[in-house]
Amino acid sequence: MSLRIYAIAYLIFLYAPIVLLPIFAFNDGSIIAFPLQGFTTQWFGELATTAALHEAVGNSLTIAVVSALLATCLGMCAARAGTMAEFPGKRGITGFIMLPLVLPEIIVAVSLLVVVVRVMGLSLGNWTIILAHTLICTPFCIAILNGAFQNLDRSMEEAAMDLGQSRWGAFRLVTLPLVAPGIVSSLLISFTISLDEFIIAFFLSGNSPTMPVYIWGLLRFPDKLPVVMALGTILVALSILLLTLAEIMRRRGLARAGLKDTGGFL
Amino acid sequence: MTDLITLQGVNKYYGDYHALRQIDLKIRQGEFFSLLGPSGCGKTTLLRTIAGFEETSSGSLHIDGRDMRGVSANHRPTNMVFQSYAIFPHLSVGENVAFGLRKDPRGKAEKARAVERALEMVGLGGYGGRRAHALSGGQRQRVALARALILEPKVLLLDEPLSALDKKMREQMQVELMRLQRQVGITFILVTHDQEEALVMSDRIAVMFEGEIGQLDDPETLYRRPNSKRVASFIGLMNFLRGRVTEVGAQIEVEVAGLGRCAVPAEQAPAGAAPGDMSIGIRPETLAILFEGETTDRRVVRGMVDEVVYYGDMTYYDVRIEGVEKPLTISMKNLIGRPVLDVGTATRVAWDERSLVLLAG
Amino acid sequence: MRKDSRLSDEERRTIALISVPFVYALLLLALPLGAIVLFSFWTQDFLDIDTAFTLDNYREALSGPIYRTLIGRSLWIAGSVTAVTVILAFPIAYFVSFHVQPSRKSLWLFLITIPFWTSYLIRVFLWKVILGYNGVLNTSLQGVGLIDEPLTFILYNANAVVITLAHAFAPFAILPIFVALEKIDRSLLEASQDLGESKVTTFLRVTLPLAMPGVVAAVLIVFIPTIGDYVTPRLVGGPNGLMIANMIQTQFLRLNNAPLGAALAIIAMICVTVIALAFVWLNRKWLRSR
Repeated sequence: MSLRIYAIAYLIFLYAPIVLLPIFAFNDGSIIAFPLQGFTTQWFGELATTAALHEAVGNSLTIAVVSALLATCLGMCAARAGTMAEFPGKRGITGFIMLPLVLPEIIVAVSLLVVVVRVMGLSLGNWTIILAHTLICTPFCIAILNGAFQNLDRSMEEAAMDLGQSRWGAFRLVTLPLVAPGIVSSLLISFTISLDEFIIAFFLSGNSPTMPVYIWGLLRFPDKLPVVMALGTILVALSILLLTLAEIMRRRGLARAGLKDTGGFL
Repeated sequence: MTDLITLQGVNKYYGDYHALRQIDLKIRQGEFFSLLGPSGCGKTTLLRTIAGFEETSSGSLHIDGRDMRGVSANHRPTNMVFQSYAIFPHLSVGENVAFGLRKDPRGKAEKARAVERALEMVGLGGYGGRRAHALSGGQRQRVALARALILEPKVLLLDEPLSALDKKMREQMQVELMRLQRQVGITFILVTHDQEEALVMSDRIAVMFEGEIGQLDDPETLYRRPNSKRVASFIGLMNFLRGRVTEVGAQIEVEVAGLGRCAVPAEQAPAGAAPGDMSIGIRPETLAILFEGETTDRRVVRGMVDEVVYYGDMTYYDVRIEGVEKPLTISMKNLIGRPVLDVGTATRVAWDERSLVLLAG
Repeated sequence: MRKDSRLSDEERRTIALISVPFVYALLLLALPLGAIVLFSFWTQDFLDIDTAFTLDNYREALSGPIYRTLIGRSLWIAGSVTAVTVILAFPIAYFVSFHVQPSRKSLWLFLITIPFWTSYLIRVFLWKVILGYNGVLNTSLQGVGLIDEPLTFILYNANAVVITLAHAFAPFAILPIFVALEKIDRSLLEASQDLGESKVTTFLRVTLPLAMPGVVAAVLIVFIPTIGDYVTPRLVGGPNGLMIANMIQTQFLRLNNAPLGAALAIIAMICVTVIALAFVWLNRKWLRSR
C-alpha cells in the first residue's frame, strides 16, 4: 500500500513540469511565475505569425522524417540479422551498433563536427543532422524491432518457403505483415527522438536552426518565454498523440501474433 | 516398392559439431517412415535437410530421382508440418490452407473448393473463415496438415507433430495420421522421440544416435531383434544380462550369468557374432512368474521379489536372481484370481532361450 | 574429423544484413571518434591545425585547475544523479512488476515513459521555473507558510542539476530494473519462503541478487550519458553547476580550440569507461562472493 502511495508521488514528480506547461501557456502574463494573471490565447497566436519558427519546424520535420525512415531501415537489418545465424563477432558488432544508446550525445556531436568541417571541409546543413540522428535513433529502432522479430516463430517463414514462396516472398507475405506494427512504432519513436534532439542539432546545424535550437535561442529572452510555453504545450500534446499511436500499434502487433503483452517498447 | 528418397554419405557439421555422420538411407514410395531417437540425435536435422532448410556439408540427396543440390525448400516436392505448426496468425484458416496455391493456375472458385476439400479431409470442414489464433492445438495441427497436403507433395515431412498435444489427443491423431497416409498414399516421414508412437504408426523406423542411424527395420524386427544395446534400451523395456558365447553354429551356444547354458537361434544374434563376452537382452513380457501350483515346460530359475510396481492392468516385478547382476524386470498381466506378490516373496521365474537376444556393444 | 569451414548461406545472409547498419556505424561513429583521438594529439594554431604529435592538450587538460574542477564535478554530479535516480526508480520498478495486475503493467510503463518523450529543453527549463527564487516551489511553500524566505539552495547550483537530471533519466533507470524483475520466476520467491526465509530476507537473498543485472544496466545507462549533459547545467546549474560538456562546447564553438576540446572529450570518456568497468567488475565480485 505504501508502495502505491510512493508510486503515485513519483508519477507526480514525473509529471510536475509537464502539467505546468499548459498553465503558463494560457496565462495572461509575460512572467513565468505564480500567481496566475488570467486566461489568454495570445501566445498561441504569436506562434502562428513567427516566420522563423515555421522555418525551424519545417527543418525539424524534414530531418525527423528522413532520419526515422533511415534508422528504421538500418534497425530492420540489424533486428532481422539478430534472429538469424550466429557467427563469431556478432555480439560485438551488435554491441557497437547499439553504442550510441549509452554514448554521451555531445561526443557524437563534436566528433561529427570535426569530421565534417575540419576533415572533409564541408559546410553544415540539415544533411549532417540527418546522418547523426539516424545514428542515434538506430539503437532505439533495433530495440523495438528486436521485440517484433523475436516474437516471430522462425518456422513461420520456413513454412511459407516450404509452401512454395521464395525467400523474398516469404518475407513479404508472412514476416512483414507480422512485424508491421513494430515498424510503425519504430518510425514513430525515432521521429519523436529526432524532433526533440537538441545537442547534436546545436553543434551540427548550419544557417537554419531546427526547432529545439530555435527554442534554445528563445530561452534567452524573458519576454519570449510564454511563447515557448505555448509551443511546448503543442509539442507535448503531439508527443503524447504519437506515443499513444505507437503503443496502440505495438499492442495490435502482439494481438496479431497471438501473444501476451509483456511490457513497454523499450 | 521403389525408392523415393536416397541419401548417400550425407554429413552435416555445425562448426565443429558433427550433426549427421555419413548417413546412407533409402526411403520408399508410399511408406510411413519414422526417424526415432533421443533429443540431439540429428533426426530433426536430417528431416530439415530433406526439406531443404539445412544444407548438407557433404554427400548427396535425391528425391524422385532428382538431385536436390542447390534446390531450395520452395522448389522441392516436399511439404512439412512444423513442430509449432507455424500457422500464420494474420491469416484465416482458409487463407492458411490456400497459402501455397498462389501460383496455382486454377480459378478462384476451384481453389476455394480445393481448400474446402482439404479441410474436410482433416475433419475441419466449414472452418475456412475462422481466425487462426483462436484454434486449439489439435485444430492447428489439422490446419497444418491440410495446408501441406493440398499441394500434393511427393513427401510429407512431420517434425514431432504430436509432441504438443495431450495424451488422449495424441493417440487420436496417431490413428488419424495413419488413415490419412493410407488415403493419400504419399510418403510420410515422421520425426519423433516417442518410441511407442513410432512403433504404432510406421512401416519402417530408423533409430538414430549421435548423428548416426543405429538400426533401420520394421517395427516388429526392431522390437524383437534390436541389433545393439542402445537400440534395445531405447525401444521398450529390456533386461540386460552378461553372457559369453562359446560356440557359433546353426545355433549359438551362450553361457548366461545366472541362467546357465543356452542355445540361441542364430537370427537372434547380430551377424558375425563370435565367441567371447556379449550382452544378452530379454524382454520383461517373455519372462513369467510361476505362482503357487503352476507348472511349465519352459526353463525355470529361482529368485526373490525385490520390488513391486502395480499398474492396474499389469504388475511389474523386479526379481533378484542369484548370479544375475541386476534384478530382472518381469511384467505380468493381472488376470482374475492372480495375486499380487509382496516384496520378499521367494518365487520361480519361467523363461525361454528363444526369447534371448544377443547384443553388440 | 573434417571441419566444415565454409560459411553457410544463412551465415552469409546474416553477415550481409548486419553489415548495413555496421558499416553505417563505422563511418559515422568509429571514424569520427578516431578523428577526435587524432585531433587531441594536435594543436590549434589560429585558423590552422598543427599536425605535429603532442601531449600538450592532455597536459593542459589535466593540470589546468578549471578543467580538473569541471571533470571532478561532472563525475560527482553524474554519480549523485545515478545514485538518486536508481534508488528512486527501484521501488517503482518493483511496484509495477510485483504489485500491478499484469493487464495494467503496460499502462504504468506507458505513463512512466511519456514525460521522457516530451521536449527535453522545455522540461529542463520548467525545472528552473519550479525551483527558482520566485518559482512554483518557493511560492507554494511560502503560501502554505512552511518557509518565510525563498529557498536558494535549489537553483543555480549542483543540487538543481541533480534534481533535474534525476527527473530526465527516470525511465532509463526504471525500465531495465523492471525487465530484470519481470524475469524472476515467482516460484523462486515461494521456494525461498517455503525454505524458511521471511519476506524481507527473501527480498535480500533472492529478489535483489536476481535483479542486479537490471540495476547494473540502469546505473550504466544513467551514468554514462549524464556526464556529457550540456543543457541542464547550462540552464539550472549556475556558474558552480557547470560540467565538462559546457567546457567542451566552449572549446569547440567559442574558443575554436578543437584539439583541447577533443582531449577533454576523450578524458571524460576514459573516466566514464574506467568507472563503468570498475562498477561492473565490483558488482560481479560481490555477486560471486555471496
